[in-house]
Amino acid sequence: MDINDLRSLFTVLVVVMFAGIVWWAYSDRRKQAYEEAAMLPLEDDVPLGMPGMSGTAQVSRNQERKSS
Amino acid sequence: MQSQATYNYKVVRQFAVMTVIWGIVGMLVGVIIAAQLVWPELNVVEFLSYGRLRPLHTNAVIFAFGGCSLFATSYYSVQRTCHTPLFAPGLAAFTFWGWQLIILLAALSLPLGLTTGKEYAELEWPIDILITVVWVSYAVVFFGTLMKRKTPHIYVSNWFFAGMILTIAVLHLVNSAEIPVLASGILTPKSYSAYAGVQDAMVEWWYGHNAVGFFLTAGFLGMMYYFVPKQAGRPIYSYRLSVVHFWALVFTYMWAGPHHLHYTALPDWTQSLGMLFSLILLAPSWGGMINGIMTLSGAWHKLRDDPILKFMITSLSFYGMSTFEGPMMSVKTVNALSHYTDWTVGHVHSGALGWVAMIAIGCTYYMLPRLFGKEEMASKKLMEVHFWVATIGIVLYIASMWIAGVMQGLMWRATNVDGTLTYSFVESVKATYPFWTIRLLGGVLFLGGMLIMVYNMFATMAGGKAVNDAPVLAPAAAHAA
Repeated sequence: MDINDLRSLFTVLVVVMFAGIVWWAYSDRRKQAYEEAAMLPLEDDVPLGMPGMSGTAQVSRNQERKSS
Repeated sequence: MQSQATYNYKVVRQFAVMTVIWGIVGMLVGVIIAAQLVWPELNVVEFLSYGRLRPLHTNAVIFAFGGCSLFATSYYSVQRTCHTPLFAPGLAAFTFWGWQLIILLAALSLPLGLTTGKEYAELEWPIDILITVVWVSYAVVFFGTLMKRKTPHIYVSNWFFAGMILTIAVLHLVNSAEIPVLASGILTPKSYSAYAGVQDAMVEWWYGHNAVGFFLTAGFLGMMYYFVPKQAGRPIYSYRLSVVHFWALVFTYMWAGPHHLHYTALPDWTQSLGMLFSLILLAPSWGGMINGIMTLSGAWHKLRDDPILKFMITSLSFYGMSTFEGPMMSVKTVNALSHYTDWTVGHVHSGALGWVAMIAIGCTYYMLPRLFGKEEMASKKLMEVHFWVATIGIVLYIASMWIAGVMQGLMWRATNVDGTLTYSFVESVKATYPFWTIRLLGGVLFLGGMLIMVYNMFATMAGGKAVNDAPVLAPAAAHAA
């Protein structure tokens, strides 16, 4: 077994690893975590619970959507 | 305690303002060298000749304009998505002043003719060391902020920024390995690469292509993933796709560099490998583009009267175009026609003006009012004008370079029946003049758009106040760790 076999093996391993990442990303158990993470940029606009400021409505809508 | 903490906007503001200033400087140098191609008499002194200004243009637009915009947007969004102020604010301030010093040293040393001759890595070894110090400080600030985040998740834009910071560190260290010249026992600013021959070429283009792939793509995708959802007021189209997008991009980009060295001394198998990986790159690139554009799905009407969204969505369209064109040009038979012609220049500017500059401009317009305590930019009308002037400029630029490039490629390969060349090189130069003139016009328009932007920026700053009291927000309850 020379070094080129190891290199081929590494290529195969990396491809399998990538397929694993795709499978993991699309698995059901990541669903909720990703939905939460996707809201992160939208939830940073105003201090939470401060009424009357623009953006608060958006945040509470998001909360509703998540809990439903 | 938490409510008294404020986001570090000072360093963001400094970088955001300098993004616009360096954008104008870098693009002005671009306009000057475009004019020198049309009127060679403009090469008045050696310091301002085409050969010395061209690397100044590329360094200024990539590292000064693009770099400042990466620092500004990453510092802005990492604090806000992590609900914590920047880690090590002193070090963050150092990255600003250090980066400006690097830019000034580049602006002095390149016209003086001090260069390593490596494309996009022309700066000599003392500046390379300074870049390393500033970049490591940037990494400490960014990763430190990620570590003290108040949310369980690391938002996807931060993954892209983090990937960019790590990869650029590796690329810079490996490609800039060089040996300074000792002249009669005294250390000079001149150095020679640690590599030789085709290895040197391969290391250079492994660096060069990944500078495009990580500095100008992954970093700017980080911007896209934060600022497009922000401006559209809705979450990214598919978060899962963004995760796959990230890993596909970093797994693939690393291997695409050899397509810069088709039909050279590089082994054939390496060229084919580079071509193959470049073709694969189409998938993650278009995945990312679709993810960004589809974020507006159901809210397309926002495009009509929101100039910031216009900049962002147009940038994604150019990203899609240039990432289709790139894999196509990496095909060896296509490359045999396109390589060394102005087609390459057109392709680069489709990416650099269309994608990189447009998204950076959109994000800067987003941040400026928030950094200076205003509701919005001073003039929305001028933002619209900027958008159209810039877009027309890009179209003129890339269309003229496509035509010029294909024409040059065809002229260079044309042969007579007896096997001699149909055209001499200078005939192709002569035929290119009209297209260089159109390109100059396109560049002038794009620069004109930046001048409108700087006026709008100063008008926004006038009467505004530097915001240093933006409160750090508690993360939403559902997210609390």
